[in-house]
Amino acid sequence: MGDRVGTPAIEARSLSKVFGAGADAVRALDDVSLTIRQNEFFTLLGPSGCGKTTLLRLIGGFEQPSQGDVFLEGQQLTGLPPFKRPINTVFQSYALFPHLTVGQNIAFGLEMLGRPKEKRTARVEQMLALVKLQGYANRKPAQLSGGQQQRVALARALASQPKVLLLDEPLSALDLKLRKEMQIELKRLQTETGITFVFVTHDQEEALTMSDRIAVMDSGKILQIGSPTEIYEHPQRRFVADFIGETNFLEGRITEANGAAVAQLACGHNLTLNGPGQKGSGGGQRVTLAVRPERAEIVPPQGEGLPATVGAVVYMGTDTTYHLTLADGTPFTVRSQNHEGARLDLASGAAVKIRIAPAAIQRLAD
Amino acid sequence: MRVDVTNPLWRFRGIRATTWVFFAYLYLPILVLIALSFNENRLATIWSGFSTQWYGVVLDNDDIVRAAGNSLIVASVSTLAATLAATLAALGMAKGRFRGADGISGLIALPLVVPEIVTAVATLLFFILIGFKLGLLTVIVAHTVFCIPFAYLPIRARLEGMDKALGEAAADLYANDWQAFQRVTLPLLWPGILSGGMLAFIISLDDFVITYFVAGAGATTLPVYIFGMIRIGITPEVNAISSLMLIVSILFVTLSFLIGRMRR
Repeated sequence: MGDRVGTPAIEARSLSKVFGAGADAVRALDDVSLTIRQNEFFTLLGPSGCGKTTLLRLIGGFEQPSQGDVFLEGQQLTGLPPFKRPINTVFQSYALFPHLTVGQNIAFGLEMLGRPKEKRTARVEQMLALVKLQGYANRKPAQLSGGQQQRVALARALASQPKVLLLDEPLSALDLKLRKEMQIELKRLQTETGITFVFVTHDQEEALTMSDRIAVMDSGKILQIGSPTEIYEHPQRRFVADFIGETNFLEGRITEANGAAVAQLACGHNLTLNGPGQKGSGGGQRVTLAVRPERAEIVPPQGEGLPATVGAVVYMGTDTTYHLTLADGTPFTVRSQNHEGARLDLASGAAVKIRIAPAAIQRLAD
Repeated sequence: MRVDVTNPLWRFRGIRATTWVFFAYLYLPILVLIALSFNENRLATIWSGFSTQWYGVVLDNDDIVRAAGNSLIVASVSTLAATLAATLAALGMAKGRFRGADGISGLIALPLVVPEIVTAVATLLFFILIGFKLGLLTVIVAHTVFCIPFAYLPIRARLEGMDKALGEAAADLYANDWQAFQRVTLPLLWPGILSGGMLAFIISLDDFVITYFVAGAGATTLPVYIFGMIRIGITPEVNAISSLMLIVSILFVTLSFLIGRMRR
């Protein structure tokens, strides 16, 4: 695939999709542009109705865009029906053909492509081995468990070696344990086959554990694209910070003191900001800061930090969550790992201080 | 009948007796008809001994055999035509929402609730108006029309129960529209089509009112023939034909039900 490297697997240019017309029109996708690289595990993450499935369906060809274009390895896909796109899909409901056996299901795409029977049979065996379902070729889908059906759906979609595999919340019907197994399994399949995966989910944990890059979506727009670390550690928007993991939000105004940027918080105290990308803007500007609960630390009241009052203390096994309140009533959560002897013994109502390192503070764009 | 005391129904006084009366009301006349078809006596209502002679008489009667033949021709041809039309209608209606879809759905099912005598008179008027000579063909055309909704409903139900993603999956796996229909939609729809077809067949076979109006000379079907016989008097012959028709009906309805229930 040498010459393909460098060309993006999927490129979307100013894609919009409007359903309905007139007053009932719904803009499911609003001027979305994105680039998905070769051999990437790319995740579209967002709440239901954010447009992630619509974007996937536009790539698959099940819907046509109202505006904009989709490219596959530089070639225009717009207008092509699904059966002319070298892209396959794992559907949320799996959509296995109930009247065909597992083997016939897997061979379906190859048969439609006109591959000879010997090749199909060999390929079915190979795919069954890949998803660890050897010996199941003659079963009907109804005779399989949910997890097994999921594997057949994967095998069927991968059998004709598509350039891109689309996965529409494929794990949502599985129970927690099986879902964890399949997450690892999917990642393995992606690495082994070298196929670009575009994965749709509303589960942020799923997105963080599997993806090379994540696009966070809301209201038909992409808010941020980045690696799981970037998305989690450096969210640019309030929505992203809020949607992925737990976050404390602090409102304030930017000023400068001793050459460093300082935020005057609503609670009346100052917070020094000198982490990367946090300098620059002028004085008095309103700002929202995000701090992850595990990045803040509780210190005794005589220490340095923001004064706070302890509310509830929740012991959760591996760690403990402290629900605190700042001077102006803003809630603030701190989570600390439980290790021998290090546990703070705090009663409700106790006065403490919260120490936040400048590097732990993320300034949000809105 | 075993009494299940946990069922609150049994707390009503007289529920058992009412149930028996209900079923007797429904099925006793039919049982009497079947019993009397084996009556030896020429007078249908007076029992004088067991005999199967009337079945022989029925099968020897050329007019009856011809009428039965007409019935089968009409039912077969109109079933095929109606089922084909109903399948296409169901596929079209399932393809997507469009303006007036609900109205068209209603129009397709409307013949089910239009009084049959109205349809009969209207159809006859229509044939006369366009100068269509009454005969077997007019019966077939009329039957095709009123059988469509009966065939349509099971097919539509089957189609509605189908995962829409199946068609998309076929398209996703490089099947063009025709291949997707042939390889996925049709095999899955087949039980619904068979079920609808059998329902249409039995409705056509049983029809009297419309047939009576639009049948021309030589196009007498079995129900019309039986009606003619009844006007002279109830004979064991009539009982025998009716029993035979009942068996055919039960057979088809049962098959239709079983196929409709078939999952794959």
